[in-house]
Amino acid sequence: MKGMHPEQPCRFAGVNFPLYQGDEESMKVLVAVKRVVDYNVKVRVKADNSGVDLANVKMSMNPFCEIAVEEAVRLKEKGVVTEVVVVSIGPNAAQEQLRTALALGGDRAILVETEAEVGSLTVAKLLKAVVDQEQPQLVILGKQAIDSDNNQTGQMLAALTGFAQGTFISKVEAAEGSFTITREIDGGLQKLALKLPAILTTDLRLNEPRYASLPNIMKAKKKPLDVVTPESLGVEIRSTLELVKVEAPEERKPGIKVASVAELVDKLKNEAKVI
Amino acid sequence: MAILVIAEHNNSALNPATLNTVGAASAIGGDIHLLVAGSGCAAVAETAAKIAGVSQVLLADDAAYAHQLPENVAPLIAGIAPSYSHVLAPASTNGKNYLPCVAALLDVDQISDIIAVLSADTFKRPIYAGNAIATVRSSALIKVITVRTTAFEAVAAEGGSASVEAVAALADSGKSSFISEDIAKSDRPDLGSAKVIVSGGRGLLSSDNFQLLYTLADKLGGAVGASRAAVDAGFAANDLQVGQTGKIVAPDLYIAVGISGAIQHLAGMKDSKVIVAINKDPEAPIFQVADYGLVADLFEAVPELTQAV
Ligand SMILES: Cc1cc2nc3c(=O)[nH]c(=O)nc-3n(C[C@H](O)[C@H](O)[C@H](O)COP(=O)(O)OP(=O)(O)OC[C@H]3O[C@@H](n4cnc5c(N)ncnc54)[C@H](O)[C@@H]3O)c2cc1C
Ligand SMILES: Nc1ncnc2c1ncn2[C@@H]1O[C@H](COP(=O)(O)O)[C@@H](O)[C@H]1O
Repeated sequence: MKGMHPEQPCRFAGVNFPLYQGDEESMKVLVAVKRVVDYNVKVRVKADNSGVDLANVKMSMNPFCEIAVEEAVRLKEKGVVTEVVVVSIGPNAAQEQLRTALALGGDRAILVETEAEVGSLTVAKLLKAVVDQEQPQLVILGKQAIDSDNNQTGQMLAALTGFAQGTFISKVEAAEGSFTITREIDGGLQKLALKLPAILTTDLRLNEPRYASLPNIMKAKKKPLDVVTPESLGVEIRSTLELVKVEAPEERKPGIKVASVAELVDKLKNEAKVI
Repeated sequence: MAILVIAEHNNSALNPATLNTVGAASAIGGDIHLLVAGSGCAAVAETAAKIAGVSQVLLADDAAYAHQLPENVAPLIAGIAPSYSHVLAPASTNGKNYLPCVAALLDVDQISDIIAVLSADTFKRPIYAGNAIATVRSSALIKVITVRTTAFEAVAAEGGSASVEAVAALADSGKSSFISEDIAKSDRPDLGSAKVIVSGGRGLLSSDNFQLLYTLADKLGGAVGASRAAVDAGFAANDLQVGQTGKIVAPDLYIAVGISGAIQHLAGMKDSKVIVAINKDPEAPIFQVADYGLVADLFEAVPELTQAV
């Protein structure tokens, strides 16, 4: 592959993973995965309005990140990429999601461990630092984290790295030195050509993630997982945003059941006056 | 300092979402300038200059901006932004694409998808699929914000007389290039601005059956939407998906047909004025948000409803 970055030395001393071989044919993909509340959980706001109650709530990999991992693994299976590195920023428990990503086919993992709340801009800066170290040709993120609903990080990372940007993608076709992507946009679909290196963010229709098999879950336990800190990456966790409070949304007034189409039409015409 | 609003358009017409975004800007208060970045879009700038409350239109007319590629548009906006206190864009797929880049270039956090302005620095926005509403305060010198357009009234499209000033274009980054677009053309109203939306879910069973919904929508002068399951199954186009990760809508009347009412779907439609649910399962969660629920087989109820309205 043309325009490869120079070979990187092993950064994480004492950790057992094969040194990255910067040969002509190798291409590394970095996948960012976030630990979030499981999508089936309906969260509740804490009584003191300081946030949502996450105690004893099931946590999972953000669904869009699962799609990102799946796409990276498929690119590897197709021979387009040679190594899939997964990275997460969050508490120690985020190792669970990284292990899941390894069981789905990731080769090794990096946890940037912090107990702090990190906003998308700081996440993007931390990912930029990892990109500087790892020199991937491709970074795949979810389009949106289902907790913050921010939909920002991939775009910010593209701006910080200067990589080409392809958001909300539903299809990827690889060619020499570039990718053709299809994006889900408001009116339909858009096709772009991206030069590498590039940042992609996944939409729902990109693929259907596989389930991790038991043997792969076992194998994943042995795959390398490095833990680093924001300080070691030289990134300060700060934010220009302050969370003032979190409230429950306004409840809708309870509705009624109508017995027939005729009654429905009558209500819509004469009570709600919307038709 | 003034507020900069980024206009949404397709180089020939201004998208009405721009008017709601200007609505959010006027809730913040102050002078409002509008940036029209595109190619061959002078007519859009002329239209934009008439928007009530807009005092200046900036026009960046260059081939590099034809498709709103973020690698080109974001540096343009970030270059202009330091003269403004706020930069606002609609939370469209377009705004969501370039505005976080602008925030990163300015080294500020972006405030996504605001639904209320409490003061010039404090905003409300939904999190967790709308199951919680966060109030956030920004200390950023330039506040970079995407606006949930259904949450703000549109300002009048006419009544203003802003001047139009050209701004110099930056060079094309060359990192990405446009190949093609497949945009559905339809005479029906846009999901974002429709007064009535008829939405279908997995219960429709096929894309052919979606015709039932189009017939009803046409009689009501409405648009058609879909659940994720319906889109994934190929019953409807992706841009019809309503929900947390699709379109956010708030019509006067939303009719959910064969949709169970998952939280991700509710996140996109529960601010509709009147919600009707037609579902054969009396326990379907959609009934919890419906003003009028009809427990029925949709294949009987929808044709009957189409007849009756
Ligand atoms: C990350 C993520 C993001 C998501 N984003 C979205 C989103 O933006 N929008 C969205 O909609 N979903 C989204 N989802 C999916 C969501 O969780 C649900 O799976 C989806 O909304 C279900 O669609 P449905 O109601 O059509 O299908 P189902 O849940 O299968 O419901 C079908 C309904 O049809 C009824 N039905 C069947 N036959 C008939 C009949 N003959 N007459 C009447 N009723 C009938 C059934 O009783 C049932 O209630 C997302 C999920 C994830 C994980
Ligand atoms: N803490 C995190 N760790 C790893 N990846 C993250 C983190 N936060 C966000 N991301 C990535 O950015 C995507 C979009 O998140 P957001 O911009 O917060 O909605 C997610 O799907 C992840 O791929």
